[in-house]
Amino acid sequence: MHRDSDRYRLFSRRSILLGGGQAALFAALAGRMYYLQVVESERYTTLAEENRVSLKLLAPPRGRIVDRFGRPMAVNRQNYRAMLIPEKAVDVARALDTFGKVVPLSEAETERILREVGRKRRFLPVLVRENLTWDEVARIEVNAPDLDGVSIDVGESRHYPDGIYTAPILGYVSAVSEEEMTGDPLLELPGFRIGKAGLERVHDEALRGRSGTSQVEVNALGREIRELERREDQPGTEAWLTVDLELQKYTARRLGEQSASAVVMDAHTGDVLTLASTPTFDPNSFNRGLTPEEWRNLIGDPRSPLNNKAIAGQYAPGSTFKMAVALAALEKGAVTPDSQVYCPGHLELGDATFHCWKPEGHGTMSMAAGIVQSCDVYFYEIARRTGIDRIAAMARRLGLGAKAGIDLPGEKPGLIPSRAWKKKVKGESWQAGETLLAGIGQGFFLVTPLQLAVMTARLVNGGKAVRPRLTKQLVPFDARETAGPDLPAFESLDIHPSHLELVTNAMAGVMNSPRGTAFRARIEQPGRRIGGKTGTVQVRRISKAEREAGVLKNEELSWEERDHALFVGYAPVDNPRYVVSVIVEHGGGGASVAAPIARDILLEVQERDPSRGRSQARLPGDAVSGPAEREG
Amino acid sequence: MALSFSHDPELTLGRKIWQIPWMFVLLVAMTASVGFVMLYSAAGGNLDPWTSRQMPRFGVGLAVMLVVAVTDIRLWLRYAYVFYGLSLALLLAVEFVGTVGMGAQRWIDLGFVSVQPSEIAKVTMILALARYFYASRVEDVGRLTHLFVPALLIAAPVILVLNQPDFGTAALLLFTGVVLLFLAGVRAWLFTAAGLAAVAAIYPVWQFVLLDYQKARVLTYFRPENDPLGAGYHILQSKIALGSGGLFGKGFLQGSQSHLNFLPEKQTDFIFTMLAEEFGMAGGFGLLGLYLLLLIYGFAISLRCTNHFGRLVGMGVTSALFLNIFVNVAMVMGLVPVVGMPLPLISYGGTAMLMLLFSFGLLMCVYVHRDVTLGPGAASGD
Repeated sequence: MHRDSDRYRLFSRRSILLGGGQAALFAALAGRMYYLQVVESERYTTLAEENRVSLKLLAPPRGRIVDRFGRPMAVNRQNYRAMLIPEKAVDVARALDTFGKVVPLSEAETERILREVGRKRRFLPVLVRENLTWDEVARIEVNAPDLDGVSIDVGESRHYPDGIYTAPILGYVSAVSEEEMTGDPLLELPGFRIGKAGLERVHDEALRGRSGTSQVEVNALGREIRELERREDQPGTEAWLTVDLELQKYTARRLGEQSASAVVMDAHTGDVLTLASTPTFDPNSFNRGLTPEEWRNLIGDPRSPLNNKAIAGQYAPGSTFKMAVALAALEKGAVTPDSQVYCPGHLELGDATFHCWKPEGHGTMSMAAGIVQSCDVYFYEIARRTGIDRIAAMARRLGLGAKAGIDLPGEKPGLIPSRAWKKKVKGESWQAGETLLAGIGQGFFLVTPLQLAVMTARLVNGGKAVRPRLTKQLVPFDARETAGPDLPAFESLDIHPSHLELVTNAMAGVMNSPRGTAFRARIEQPGRRIGGKTGTVQVRRISKAEREAGVLKNEELSWEERDHALFVGYAPVDNPRYVVSVIVEHGGGGASVAAPIARDILLEVQERDPSRGRSQARLPGDAVSGPAEREG
Repeated sequence: MALSFSHDPELTLGRKIWQIPWMFVLLVAMTASVGFVMLYSAAGGNLDPWTSRQMPRFGVGLAVMLVVAVTDIRLWLRYAYVFYGLSLALLLAVEFVGTVGMGAQRWIDLGFVSVQPSEIAKVTMILALARYFYASRVEDVGRLTHLFVPALLIAAPVILVLNQPDFGTAALLLFTGVVLLFLAGVRAWLFTAAGLAAVAAIYPVWQFVLLDYQKARVLTYFRPENDPLGAGYHILQSKIALGSGGLFGKGFLQGSQSHLNFLPEKQTDFIFTMLAEEFGMAGGFGLLGLYLLLLIYGFAISLRCTNHFGRLVGMGVTSALFLNIFVNVAMVMGLVPVVGMPLPLISYGGTAMLMLLFSFGLLMCVYVHRDVTLGPGAASGD
């Protein structure tokens, strides 16, 4: 056993050595564990969360836009869409190829999809096709096994039930362009739309709402296991407008296919009941995406459907400007209401002759008669006595020549010239003849239909600086009851009440006295009688030779050369509430073309007046009803 | 070669059972229970499919272990080479009739049960080496020529297992063999020389033997981060799961990485990761503590044994257990390359469990027969 004890000693020694080595390795394991689970724990915890949690955005429904009675103007409709998640489709091009065999895709569509795939993060779905029919949905579902990465979802898309009537107000929404990407992932959601024009653009942020998020737990393959946390989206704010949808539709239909526009406003509150511009476009087609041909037609139309003429169409005011001239003259004391001016049919100034629209002349005119009969010579004369700067100042006070400040994008300011303006812009001094022309609203003057409506409102509301508005209030989706915002108290324009009375009475005479230029467009119904002023604006110069040969009638001219027909009016004459302005481009005479349209609109708006019993029975809501009532 | 046994008539079956280290059995059962709990969790809180099958296997294994513990140790000494030969035959058989599982030929279907011959070889190689060195004189062990046979005993199963290919088990066999050579008294400078030779061989092998794709594979073994979606995926996910477990873990059944399948092979090779994710460092240390106790038992039994065969078998079993634990745990923590290696007593798997318990049975058998003199084997070695 001696040898065995040697062997045992060796064995024991080496066993203990081995044990020591093993203990050291065990300690290494423990140390590594400590490093991973304590020292580096936070890092791995973050990685683990990233591993298992995937964040999904929930698109908020866009806020509705409703008229003053709560009638929907812009809503959301269910929309079946085919989506493609590039990450899940192994080969995007092949996936689209397969999809095209099920639901044909045009080359342009394929191009757009590929572009979007390249632009977006690979785990975000890309819209392949929307507004799928049931049949198409079924075909896609049946072929699902071959369509890797393609899925169907139900989204919402914007819909304008009366799009072609409301487009000038609402504008439209359409897909987010590359320049508009702000990095907000909401904008990257497939098929997401933003407001591009009109109120959709103005209130875009509010209407959009806030996206919700859904945190889903995913496994290693990206399949969703369950929802961990959900933050509901916040639907967009609902916009209540001042517009009366039915009146808007009526007005737009009344204007018809002519290149025209009309604005109806509440003279006291500035609520715009109607803002029509024809012809217009279908905003639903913008949402869908225009075909090149549709686009060419819109661009090529001489009646410029994309231009909102009510706020961006600039015209010489013509005779509708005479009220401003009259007020300026009265204020200066250049004339008294009873001052007489003789009209022989023309007025000589130096070498130039200024003609009245009535070649044989009006005879002796007072101010009231001058407005009622729209005598040009009378206004040449009082303009001469008043001077351009005072006329321009009065025009600006009445709201002309500057943006009216309506809540729409793209409003134009128009132009009210003055001596200083001409010096600065044209580098020439003001000519006396130009002052005469100013008396009849011709020359450099440019106004928009909206400004004319504002001017008329300020004339008939007692000289208050009313400002137009389209949005009554924005109602957050979760608001239970909201009081309408207080109406701003409009400051006074400091125009003498008797002057205003004289002018508005004269406007009543335009319609209601047999000599009035728009007598034929009067409303005889008691209590609904209206006042107004016609305007006819030449778009071409009438030469002396032509005048001697006899002025051509509008019907004999080509459309582009015909006169613009203008009209501003108010109703009712006893207690003015509504004002209207109508411009028909190249329509002809203000009295014959614009006045009848304005008459119909003013009759309609009075018929609809919610303070009348008949209307109340017919309308679903009431002008003063709050949005809280809509839930019922 | 005549072996003379001195029989101890005192050691009856009853006494043997009394001699069984029941504390060790309890530790084994406790460790295995941790395994059941983890398999239950791996199945998402279900007994099926793993726990329900692993438990009866453990029961059978436990019975085998206890039976082996009370067998006469001389039986194992006498038939050590026979068992070794049989296991080599099985390994050869795998070459021809083995079924492919997880990309390697490891299984042999015996009709009623599938076995992994490499697992069996781990035990029989220990027995054969112990038998060989038991019969060697201490002077002989120092001679190089005397090392030819044990080198062959180690090389044969290693080469066959490598051929399957199963790098993990091959490495385990090799290291267990080397440890036994060391304990048997092979000169220390030989190990140094072999180590240096291996290091020296790296360059020519890398340069002239390995093909590019093989090199790439070796590189990813050592730098898994470079290929996070390919070969490095498993180890990266394992580290994420483990690291996110923190000090006390995410709670039983709450291991998100494991349950969402980010963790591969969570019921077998990566089960330690799941344990560490759900029970944190505390849980991991707890299991390592159990293993440590088992290993200390192994050392104590081996050192206490008076016969050399018993000592070598005891240390062989203990070292194999250690290597098994170390390679697996180090692998899931990214310390050593990923090789297929189950965690002893915990991972799902029949043959591994059975053979491990069998080897524990041998260890206990050594304890039961610690004072039995097997005869001066070395003296009558030739």
